[in-house]
Amino acid sequence: MSRPAAPGDADAGPTVAPDGRVLAEQPKWRRDFPIDWPRDEYVSRRDLVKFIVLTSGAFAAGQLWIVLKSLVRRRPGASPAVPIARLDELPVGGARSFTYPEGGTPRLLVRLGERRFVAYDQQCTHLLCPVVPVVEAGRLHCPCHDGWFDLETGGVISGPPQRPLPRVLLEVRGGTVWATGVEAEAAS
Amino acid sequence: MTAAPQREFFIDPGRCIGCQACVQACTECDTHRGVSMIQLDFVDRGRSTQTAPVVCMHCDSPTCAEVCPADAIKRTEDGVVQTARKPRCIACNNCVLACPFGVPKMHTEMHLMMKCDMCYDRTSVGLKPMCASVCPSQALAFTTREEMALLRPSARPVNTFRFGHQTIRTKVATLVPREVPEEIVDVTAATFDPTIGHEMLDDVFLDGDEAGVSS
Repeated sequence: MSRPAAPGDADAGPTVAPDGRVLAEQPKWRRDFPIDWPRDEYVSRRDLVKFIVLTSGAFAAGQLWIVLKSLVRRRPGASPAVPIARLDELPVGGARSFTYPEGGTPRLLVRLGERRFVAYDQQCTHLLCPVVPVVEAGRLHCPCHDGWFDLETGGVISGPPQRPLPRVLLEVRGGTVWATGVEAEAAS
Repeated sequence: MTAAPQREFFIDPGRCIGCQACVQACTECDTHRGVSMIQLDFVDRGRSTQTAPVVCMHCDSPTCAEVCPADAIKRTEDGVVQTARKPRCIACNNCVLACPFGVPKMHTEMHLMMKCDMCYDRTSVGLKPMCASVCPSQALAFTTREEMALLRPSARPVNTFRFGHQTIRTKVATLVPREVPEEIVDVTAATFDPTIGHEMLDDVFLDGDEAGVSS
């Protein structure tokens, strides 16, 4: 700790730790964060190679993870057909919410005409706020950030959303409306 | 680097006349123009006019750097402890509180600790630090040890200080009277001993020789 104060010894040696032990005996954090400027800026080849290998390995693993994830996700395939409403339950211009698949994403069914039905995700494609049908205007409104969608197509009219609302495929069998799939999933 | 004999920085607080020239000269340094890193201490303002310039002592084990949580304070090869590195300093004040000599200064408007770097740009090419170049009484002197021994025969440079259990060797030397036998200035012990601590400094003009006013 206390080297003798040699006269004329202005060029000091390396920084001394408070406990006086040499650097090799110091804990790892002290060796990793040296006070000496030259040692602080020094990067050994081994450290550089380690850094490059580990980071690129992490990137590769991340890419692999994404690939595996997307393979797994595609597996479920076609969604089952689910009855969602009887014709006499819903007047023309009326709307009701349902989940499809059952217990899954909340969706919205709107009856536009005697035999015309449309159904979309109830979640706005901007930040997942629930959208509200404004049937007389032929639009869907998201009140969170004033987003507007076209009731006929689900496309964006104005506001912050960038993508159209995913459309649920419908089929009228007898007196019942069935959801048979989702357009975005069917397209992919 | 010059081939001339190694010049060193000496502080002789007993010679300080409190003229503030060093404080002003420090602001003229090109690396931190307009900001002074020197603080002129009044030893006991109520009872004495004695002042002492506070410049960085440049410890071999810099406490300021030890306590820095952002790894911002670095010491160069020649033993000069630098101002906190701007990209790293988080303006936490740890160094200001920890330094036993009271050197680091926090510039909150810049979010940066700045401290005396012994005019690194000047001393590394053999020039005097700004403060030493203007000090009229040479209380701050930048010269060789040999010349110092010639100019101040009754004084002796000491650069080892003890704070509690820690002994710190500094790059900058303080001049003490030659008859003082200790090689080490025990700072913490001195603060608690009225005969060599506070009381002695109070009597700095009444009893000059014994009070430690050298040369």
